Amino acid sequence: MASCGMHCLKIQHISVTIGENVLLRDINMHAHCGELTAVIGRNGAGKSTLLKAILGEITHAGKVEFSGHDGVPVKRLRIGYVPQSLSVDSGTPATVYDMLVSFTSSYPVFLPRRPKTVRMLREHLASFNAAPLLNKKLGQLSGGELQRVLLAAATLPKPDLLLLDEPVSGVDHAGLQLFYRILGNLKETCDMAIVLVSHDLDFVRRYADHVLLLDRGVQTLGTPNQVFASETFRRAFPAE
Amino acid sequence: MNELLTGWWQYEFMRNAFLAVVLIMPLFTMLGTMVVSNGMAFFSDALGHSSLTGVGVGIILGMSEYRPTMIAFAIVFALMMNRIRNSRLTSTDTVIGVFSSCGVALGLVLLSRGGSFSRYQSLLIGDILSITKGEIVVLAITLVVVFALWLICFNSFNAISINPSLAKTKGIPVRLLDDLLVVIIAVVVMMAIHWVGLLLINAMLILPAAAARQVARSTRSYLILTLIFGLFSGLLGLWFSFLNSFAATGPMIVLIAGILFFATFTLRDSKQ
Repeated sequence: MASCGMHCLKIQHISVTIGENVLLRDINMHAHCGELTAVIGRNGAGKSTLLKAILGEITHAGKVEFSGHDGVPVKRLRIGYVPQSLSVDSGTPATVYDMLVSFTSSYPVFLPRRPKTVRMLREHLASFNAAPLLNKKLGQLSGGELQRVLLAAATLPKPDLLLLDEPVSGVDHAGLQLFYRILGNLKETCDMAIVLVSHDLDFVRRYADHVLLLDRGVQTLGTPNQVFASETFRRAFPAE
Repeated sequence: MNELLTGWWQYEFMRNAFLAVVLIMPLFTMLGTMVVSNGMAFFSDALGHSSLTGVGVGIILGMSEYRPTMIAFAIVFALMMNRIRNSRLTSTDTVIGVFSSCGVALGLVLLSRGGSFSRYQSLLIGDILSITKGEIVVLAITLVVVFALWLICFNSFNAISINPSLAKTKGIPVRLLDDLLVVIIAVVVMMAIHWVGLLLINAMLILPAAAARQVARSTRSYLILTLIFGLFSGLLGLWFSFLNSFAATGPMIVLIAGILFFATFTLRDSKQ
């Protein structure tokens, strides 16, 4: 299904303050379905905090709203979330199958597998170049494999809004390229808005439709060309 | 030879202890695997220590049967520890360490008034050979209830341990289930402490799961292996205790589970 471009994530006047520390100041942003909005900024600029605010995991001022075709806010917003990492250590016995079933089904993961579920999961993982990983333990996945598996978990079932917190390191160039290709494909074919916190400016330049340069507040918001040509971008990333 | 193998069956308390092990180990499998996966070993240890305070409170309230106050106190204690643990205001192990030591200190103060602590020493070591038929029935009911909860909630518990934020986006009530898990752990630990003893209950809870985790290839095999290791060490420990003139059973079980842990650790190490 192609995107309709009518769904919209509206972030209005989001501010996050912890004690006297202002982590985010009056953030305003719109993200439409079928579009990839990248959030960039130096370390500590508040990128992950913004995602936490959208997820409702952190107390914030302002409003996060998601509206449907008719402009009316969607009550039960389905969010797909790709975290930077998992809470499990490398010795965990949990496999990709265990993770996907735990997140998406009520059929206890410790009971014998149902062939229908295995088939469905394999097919779903295949869209993410991850079908052979089904029985692999989470701790044995490479950075790129884990990222694709997490993306598969986030899109099962298909969400209205996909939020991704890209890992700072651990994914090689080829892995990242594959990940972005899959993300680009999702953007084209699925009806969802995508917000990505990214550390790889080359990929952002190539794949993002909109870029938000953040430094506690909105520094610049626009197309990749507009943002990358701005003075604020040069100040934030002098080496680029 | 035959006497060595089957002689224990002629004693009623041994038959009761056998049933107790067969009921406790599946319970400990369900909880222990979750405790180990969530890195809560120190948490359950502190919970065990709080039993001293629970008993002390029961005595102050003038109750002859101290188990209800012990369970009630442990639930409050576990929920409070969980609140502070989740607030992330200070490091988790420090919080648990403070709770644990305060629990022990308060318990010892309450129980040693009038120099009478020796009466409660059985709490430290426990005695599985003292279990009664009525207590076995209560254990069986607990096992059924916890298994039913596991059928309903296991996937969500597992999802939370993999990534709580991701679990939340899938509509899983993370906070509620996190509290439910610690309440279940509190209740089971308090029920079993009488037979296992607070010094060793945590070891019995986590060792079979920790051993299984070294060699398990999936969540399913993790639970199955934990159950096998738990039953193996439980029943063998019981038998060894019989062979050694009824030497303390709990420590015997823990020793065997400890050996299993080191064996699987070596096995995993040699594979890598």
